[in-house]
Amino acid sequence: MFSNFILSLQHELWLFALIMLLLCIKLGSSEIKPAPLLLGINILLGLNFVSGFFFHHSGSLFSEMFISNELKDFQKNILNLGVLLISLQSFVWLKSHQHIIEFYVLLLSSLMGMFFMISAGNILMLYIGLELSTIPLAAAANFNLDKRVSSEAAFKFIISSALSSGVLLLGISFLYGATGTLQLTELSHLIHNTTFLVFTLILIIAGFGFKISAVPFHLWTADVYEGSPVAVTSFLSVISKAAVIFVFTKTLLTAFDPLQSVWPTIISLLALLTIITGNVFAIRQQNIKRLLAFSSIAQVGFILIAISSNTVTGSIATVYFVLIYLFSNLAAFGVVSLISAVTGKENINDYKELRKTNPMLCWVLTIALFSLAGVPPTAGFFGKFFLLMSGAPNNNFAVIVIAALNMMVSMYYYLRVVKIMFMDKNENPVEDIKIPWYSSFALIICVAGIVLTGILSGSYNYIFSIH
Amino acid sequence: MNNHINIALIPLLPLASFVILGLFGRKYIKTFSGVIGVGSLLISALLSLQTAYQYFFVDGKLNGVYQKVIAFKYTWLSFSDSVSIDMGALLDPISVMMLVLVTFVSLMVHIFSLGYMKGEERYSTYYAFLGLFTFSMLGLVLSTNIFQIYMFWELVGVSSFLLIGYYFDKPSAVAASKKAFIVTRFADLGFLIGILVLSFQAHTLDFQTLIDTLSKPQTIGSFMGVSILTWGLTLVFMGGAGKSAMFPLHIWLPDAMEGPTPVSALIHAATMVVAGVYLVARLFPVFSVDEAALTIVTYVGLISALFAAVIACTQTDIKRVLAYSTMSQIGYMMFALGVSKYNGEEGLGFMGSMFHLFTHAFFKSLLFLCAGAVIHLVHSNEMKDMGGLRKYMPLTNAAFLIACLAIAGVPPFAGFFSKEEILLAAFHSNKLVYGVALFTSGLTAFYMFRLYFSIFWNKEAHLHGEHHGEGSFAMKLPLVLLAILSVGAGFIPFASFVTADGAALETHIDYAFSAAPVFFGVTGILLAAYLYKTENARPQNIANTFGGLYQSAYKKFYIDEIYLFITKKIVFNCIGRPAAWIDKNIINGTINLFGNTTVKLSESVKTIQSGKVQSYALYFISGALLLAALIIYAL
Repeated sequence: MFSNFILSLQHELWLFALIMLLLCIKLGSSEIKPAPLLLGINILLGLNFVSGFFFHHSGSLFSEMFISNELKDFQKNILNLGVLLISLQSFVWLKSHQHIIEFYVLLLSSLMGMFFMISAGNILMLYIGLELSTIPLAAAANFNLDKRVSSEAAFKFIISSALSSGVLLLGISFLYGATGTLQLTELSHLIHNTTFLVFTLILIIAGFGFKISAVPFHLWTADVYEGSPVAVTSFLSVISKAAVIFVFTKTLLTAFDPLQSVWPTIISLLALLTIITGNVFAIRQQNIKRLLAFSSIAQVGFILIAISSNTVTGSIATVYFVLIYLFSNLAAFGVVSLISAVTGKENINDYKELRKTNPMLCWVLTIALFSLAGVPPTAGFFGKFFLLMSGAPNNNFAVIVIAALNMMVSMYYYLRVVKIMFMDKNENPVEDIKIPWYSSFALIICVAGIVLTGILSGSYNYIFSIH
Repeated sequence: MNNHINIALIPLLPLASFVILGLFGRKYIKTFSGVIGVGSLLISALLSLQTAYQYFFVDGKLNGVYQKVIAFKYTWLSFSDSVSIDMGALLDPISVMMLVLVTFVSLMVHIFSLGYMKGEERYSTYYAFLGLFTFSMLGLVLSTNIFQIYMFWELVGVSSFLLIGYYFDKPSAVAASKKAFIVTRFADLGFLIGILVLSFQAHTLDFQTLIDTLSKPQTIGSFMGVSILTWGLTLVFMGGAGKSAMFPLHIWLPDAMEGPTPVSALIHAATMVVAGVYLVARLFPVFSVDEAALTIVTYVGLISALFAAVIACTQTDIKRVLAYSTMSQIGYMMFALGVSKYNGEEGLGFMGSMFHLFTHAFFKSLLFLCAGAVIHLVHSNEMKDMGGLRKYMPLTNAAFLIACLAIAGVPPFAGFFSKEEILLAAFHSNKLVYGVALFTSGLTAFYMFRLYFSIFWNKEAHLHGEHHGEGSFAMKLPLVLLAILSVGAGFIPFASFVTADGAALETHIDYAFSAAPVFFGVTGILLAAYLYKTENARPQNIANTFGGLYQSAYKKFYIDEIYLFITKKIVFNCIGRPAAWIDKNIINGTINLFGNTTVKLSESVKTIQSGKVQSYALYFISGALLLAALIIYAL
């Protein structure tokens, strides 16, 4: 019994131990050199990721408040991997920062919130997890302490997310009022197709939509992404989106199953809006972080298409795509954060002639952008193709056609960056950056992921088998 | 039974060459790169020949009908409970034919490049890319399912992008490779949606099952008044049209000539550009039950054939002439498929199309390689820099002449036989198509011989100082081999091997029917000879005709007038220029319009993103409420 308890909560306990350890270090000693500290933290995060693969336990705890199974374990491990990669990539930036421990405590607390959210069997639990994952991030967004934009980003983030939480909570209260329960499994029997519950559904979708930056709930995204330190931006755009997408899919597919004549339509609509808006905004961006921010909005739109299929296949394709998206986006952010940390340059035009001065970074960014654009044989292509293919049966073909056309538009702005890096002349190119091995390690993992996740079918088959 | 390890090795050897050269080529084995590339391709080509022999003569037939054989197949991933994606190799007459064709032409290009690319700085990279391209093309040909073909299709696109942009310090090469990539990507999008539509209708991605399901008569829904099947096939065809440079998606092909010339011989003559034809042929059983889709294929092919032939008459860059000529010939293959039916005698168009694909590969790659040799010598692509080269390169001259005769459809060269079948099929099904095709074949002969005479005759060559003649043995050997095939390939009894339904087809040469095409061809050749053969001899002839009344200087002027009048005034102004105008303004314009509109749209919505949190909150709430109102009241 006790071992089951431990096994079910293994990820959370690991994180708890890590956070406690960090706090003890903070309280215990006044002076620790950043290099060994970061090395230690990264090793522990690596162990955390690796250990996640060994044990699985399916079961529930605390009267079905907390549920664990192999799929959830896998989803948590995807997030663990993402955090590890981000941590490796932010080495250069953190090395000179005074508050390393606080930064990690914030990120790991947020991660803890996501784990509870993924394992939640009850909407209230889900809500608590969601809040726990959001609030520390607002503080983390402010982590470039001497920059005004950073504080502004944090401020905007906390205000907007308070608003969205309010809307979500309103939806949850309505749901409780209408059905008398918040248990996900029970909800599916008690929800009926009434106007009131449809309204409730929309409130809940709006709340989740905010977190994954679905249009029209996305407006905070660009400002916050641009103002925050790159590490936080990549955390927001990859990790928190991934977590909410997992939960969102699960909630819609199980609890709102009785409303399946309604919500797929809403999600398709949001998907189209999201893809189009994300792309249209991304085209004109001059700042590479903003470009990636808007393009990540568009990427979420593609995920929504798969979710709208209301099938298990759609859910499999979603998890698979999230894994690929994590590799691709973190590879892109990894390069951007390194260049930004060393030179402070974030403009796309600053990347002219990057091929000459930094061939390795240039190639990694190219591969990442190709994957984001969905060019075969990178994994991004397989991910997108499966999303569209799982989305096809339940949709009007017009949706698929518009989505596919938007792939073409996105191709344009991703390849524009590639073109600039390879072909344009520059008087004042980014200087030759010496890549620290932390970053190269992270970038190698990302590139390997981009190349192998697609060509080797193992990861898809594994996700298929645990669904 | 064919040994499936051998078949797997055919695409894997070029891949191995790519991997080895990509990893070690630059540093360690640069000088051997060519040898490694040629060696791997040689084994591949021999294995393909062995496979073809085994398939066509030993065990491919069952009751007189060639079977589709799955040589090997393994499940790559199971997408959902009912749909799985396989990787494997499918052998049927067309795929076996393509195997031989691709490996052979690729081998020729590999060998030719030993001489042509010698001394290039990125020599090993070049061979690595060639290996990658050949691998992708072979994978495409062998595909057992539509997802596999799409993957290799894209891989072909990527590797050709790399090859066209090989001289990446030349801005025009970079622009060309970008254009090729973007235009074909746009077309591939149609293909992608087409795959989604077809696989959704058939609930499978496997070619065999897909074809079996969809070629049966059935009730299928419609979308915007057109049946879903037609939509799916047309979209798939759009992908094919993009790769095969069919009107109006052809705009990338002439620019793609910026790549090294042997690459053009491989990609833009024999392999990648016919992928579209191959795709339609692969899905032909489904196309043949859908009249509307076939009509589209017919007319797109026909328009491309004529349009490109007319443009080819006005070009002065020899590679561009060849590019347009390729487009025109592929147009032939397409409309031949379009006028064909599936079964028996009526499948003549299919057979003719495949036959023409086969023969065209030899003489067109020969033309490109000859052009390469010429460019190697004079260091220019322009006709005006050439002329009189026959003395300097007798072998190239002979090879080029043979190829020109073949493409012009003069018996007994290969092109005559295949074009004959196509025209016969067109004659029996659609007189308009036949008429246009006949006229185009005359034009073809005219522009090809214009090219020939301008390069090898016309005026005395002024080559100064040291020149290397026709190049090394490596550059001559492919020319000889391809020239032999340009003559001999026509005598292969193609109809007994490659047909739509696998059963042998009776064909015979009808001399009365042949008269018209041959007449048109010969007229074209004579006209070209009259106008372009010499600068000096013609005044003499005309002087004789008119009793020596005119002074030679005046006659020269007079000839120039005719030359100018015919090319500049009539052909160029009346036909070529409008055609080029349509090409430039309408087709390019439409594509630019899409781009500009999107950019403008994004300008105008930028103000929404103002940075004010209050307005963000407003948008958030009103978005949610609007959505609620929409869902609750409108649905």
